[in-house]
Amino acid sequence: MFYREAGIFKTSYAADQALFRIPLDRLFVIGVVVAAIVVVPLISNEYWLGSIMIPVLILSIAALGLNILTGYCGQVSLGTGAFMAAGAYMAYKIATNFTWMPIPLVIVLGGLCAASIGLAFGLPSLRIKGFYLAVTTLAAQFFLLWLFQKVPWFVNNSASGVPTAPPRSVFGELVTGAEATPEARYLFVLAFTVVLAVIAGNLVRGRIGRTWMAIRDMDIAAELIGIRPLHTKLSAFAISSFYCGVSGALWSFCYINTVESSAFDIFRSFMILFMVIVGGLGSVLGSFLGAFFIFLLPIALNNVVTTFGLPIATETISHIEFMAFGGLIVFFLIVEPHGLARLWQIAKEKLRLWPFPY
Amino acid sequence: MAEAENVRAEPSAQTRVFGEPVLTLENIELGFGGVKAIDNVSFEVRKGEVLAIIGPNGAGKSSMLNCINGFYKPQSGSITFKGRKLPGMDPHFAAANGVARTFQNIALFRGMSTLDNLMTGRVLKMNRNFLWQALYWGPAQREEIEHRAYVEKVIDFLEIQAIRRTPVGRLPYGLQKRVELGRALAMEPEILLLDEPMAGMNVEEKQDMSRFVLEVNEEFGTTIVLIEHDMGVVMDISDRVVVLDYGRKIADGTPDEVRANQHVIDAYLGVAHD
Amino acid sequence: MSEFWFFLEVLLSGLFAGTMYSLVALGFVLIFKASGVFNFAQGTMVLFAALCFVGFLEMGWPVAVAAIVTVGIMVAWAYSVERLVLRHLVNQAPIILFMATIGIAFFLEGFAEFIWGSDVHPLNVGIPNDAWFVGPEGEMMIQQFDLAAAIIAGLLVTVLALFFHYTRIGRALRAVADDHQAALSVGIPLNQIWVIVWSVAGFVALVAGIIWGSRLGVQFALSIIALKALPVLILGGFTSVPGAIVGGLIIGAGEKLAEIYGAPAIAELVSYMSGINNISLGGVEEWFAYVLAMFFLLFRPQGLFGERIIERV
Repeated sequence: MFYREAGIFKTSYAADQALFRIPLDRLFVIGVVVAAIVVVPLISNEYWLGSIMIPVLILSIAALGLNILTGYCGQVSLGTGAFMAAGAYMAYKIATNFTWMPIPLVIVLGGLCAASIGLAFGLPSLRIKGFYLAVTTLAAQFFLLWLFQKVPWFVNNSASGVPTAPPRSVFGELVTGAEATPEARYLFVLAFTVVLAVIAGNLVRGRIGRTWMAIRDMDIAAELIGIRPLHTKLSAFAISSFYCGVSGALWSFCYINTVESSAFDIFRSFMILFMVIVGGLGSVLGSFLGAFFIFLLPIALNNVVTTFGLPIATETISHIEFMAFGGLIVFFLIVEPHGLARLWQIAKEKLRLWPFPY
Repeated sequence: MAEAENVRAEPSAQTRVFGEPVLTLENIELGFGGVKAIDNVSFEVRKGEVLAIIGPNGAGKSSMLNCINGFYKPQSGSITFKGRKLPGMDPHFAAANGVARTFQNIALFRGMSTLDNLMTGRVLKMNRNFLWQALYWGPAQREEIEHRAYVEKVIDFLEIQAIRRTPVGRLPYGLQKRVELGRALAMEPEILLLDEPMAGMNVEEKQDMSRFVLEVNEEFGTTIVLIEHDMGVVMDISDRVVVLDYGRKIADGTPDEVRANQHVIDAYLGVAHD
Repeated sequence: MSEFWFFLEVLLSGLFAGTMYSLVALGFVLIFKASGVFNFAQGTMVLFAALCFVGFLEMGWPVAVAAIVTVGIMVAWAYSVERLVLRHLVNQAPIILFMATIGIAFFLEGFAEFIWGSDVHPLNVGIPNDAWFVGPEGEMMIQQFDLAAAIIAGLLVTVLALFFHYTRIGRALRAVADDHQAALSVGIPLNQIWVIVWSVAGFVALVAGIIWGSRLGVQFALSIIALKALPVLILGGFTSVPGAIVGGLIIGAGEKLAEIYGAPAIAELVSYMSGINNISLGGVEEWFAYVLAMFFLLFRPQGLFGERIIERV
């Protein structure tokens, strides 16, 4: 009734190809973004901003990246953590060696370094597919993390091997490092998130996105209509790794405030894969929903236990978490392979008829 | 012959005159392991004609198309296309130079909408770089709109407006075949390769498809190479027929000539091999 | 001369470790051959089986009883996986099934530790644990344990090979591997076959778990080590039992040699480039197998013993 597609006529192809084809959708998304900028910092306390909103947004960026590679281009990667680490370490190198450089540029350059590394590890995708490729991305995961951990050059020979992120400002306001206020860090991360989400939305509805999906759906046919498989897959690897790299750099600079490889281990890679599956393969919105869901699930579990004073050891809770993650993945793959994003869409379709379903 | 007149008005197929050969295949040989799929086959495709390749199952027809658009590389022989004599086609070169095709088993991008499937046919004609696309603004947007307009023409031509936004995986078989033809047409092909475009269709669907094929041929001057098992359709719509059997060419000529050819009759009706 | 003996010792210990990878890889191959499912959870099944086994032993049960009950649990597990997961994912893209097994792996890991806790459990089932010294002056050390483990692995492979070739179930398995639909049409019950295969894979996991566990203690890290079976598979080809064995041996020997001889060389190079001395670059073992597999794939995507795939449209 209130949410309708009917009666909205478009008079130009431009309007018909817009990011949000239905005005209400557009309004809704703009509303969410405005609320995220204005309302969230006002109503949230330090815990919510610093320990939930910031990491969730950063992980959403990584999930977007993996969704481009896996959801749109059909190449499964288990090396997301490694590409995040590449972004974090390279951004650290750049920030400390070129101290004059504005921090947003540092983060982007970190992402570009990750992209070039992703490009290198995407090369095998020319000849191998599916889970074969997934195994080679494990090579990236284990090799890169080992490299960053063992070679002191990456951390400027710091004695502890775990340097702290350097403090940097934007418009005179500290946005990175432990001293920055959660509000400033949050807005900084949010800016990246919004821009990258819009870019992802644009890419997947344009030519590049269509070539990715063509390779995903039927690579042979794609090749025969003139899409170059290697170019296409490599572009997905590079762009995906760029997103992961930016995400990793933000993770180190704005969330944990240190540069350490343990933040990007294989467990991180799996978590981001889960975000993409649960959120929805091949959906920009799904990347966000998945990140929220997977990140909040353990917190919610913990809260349930403490609220009701259940006599469960913390260790046991983490085991239950594992079971819940595994169960959810299987559940979504069986019941709703398009994930939360699809559920959202179904809800909207229901809303279209509500409250008069006939 | 009565059927032929229903589909194509006079002058009848035999009197049409065709231009230069656009594609010449010479002494093509292709084998998989010990099996010879194509054995020393030569023929040419002339500009503007409808050429049918027929033959029993396993005669090497699909392999022939696969050689023409570069999916398989022949072990020997040559393909002359656009004034270049090549030992084998490259898929990208073929697609970029106007060779489009459809497949025996539908090879659509099942997760994408009809519109997006057709838009993939325009990929080679779109060249705005990545940065413009990331912004989806200015030249990139103009380019998208320009190609969308062309794709809409194809959609109108094939009468598939209603399924524009439907994911093709959900469409019935006949419509999927039509969308696949649409994707090939969106490439603005000079040569259109159709691999059994009417397989599994009922009479009405076959008539529709024949009509589209002929209209494409007449309106856009597109050269058409098709594989088809339905002899009625083949004899009606093609200007020339090449017959393959066991990977060898056994006949090449107008439908009437082929119909009268003893080798063809033997291949189809069977003959006592001694 | 003693350097040569040392090299031989490294090589041998690598080969022995390789048989362990082969054991895990074997479980992968069984399931892949019979159902086309790339079972990421095989490593976790090793952990789970070992945890159950060691748990029963600690409750004072005799070895044989613990083993039999554990096998029973693995069969029940196979049955529930078929019932709850595989059955619902028939005809899905292989990559979806692959991701589902990642989910299964996480579930099983949580489940195993939920029941048995996450402590390290020592395990001793009476495999000899002394060392022999070989060579003119006893330069080379051979662990009896490694040898025994290799023999067990060899026996297991032989038994499985016989089972596949000479029993009715084995024939049915091979039929299913070739073509699901054709197998169904001649009356082979697909679901039953899957349960059997997953059970056999569970049994293999138990054997691997006992051997790994006796060596390193039964602990969470087992499932990470078991991941190394993946590059082994790539090297050997997903459908080949001999491939799993040879791949395991190559990876095992290769990573030991890389650790002992390659790491110092890389460290020297890094020191030279960065001007810092005393860099130690241990842990080449962690990634060597994966990187080797990746480069190998570039040259032979189907693995050493895999079948070449002809693509058609």
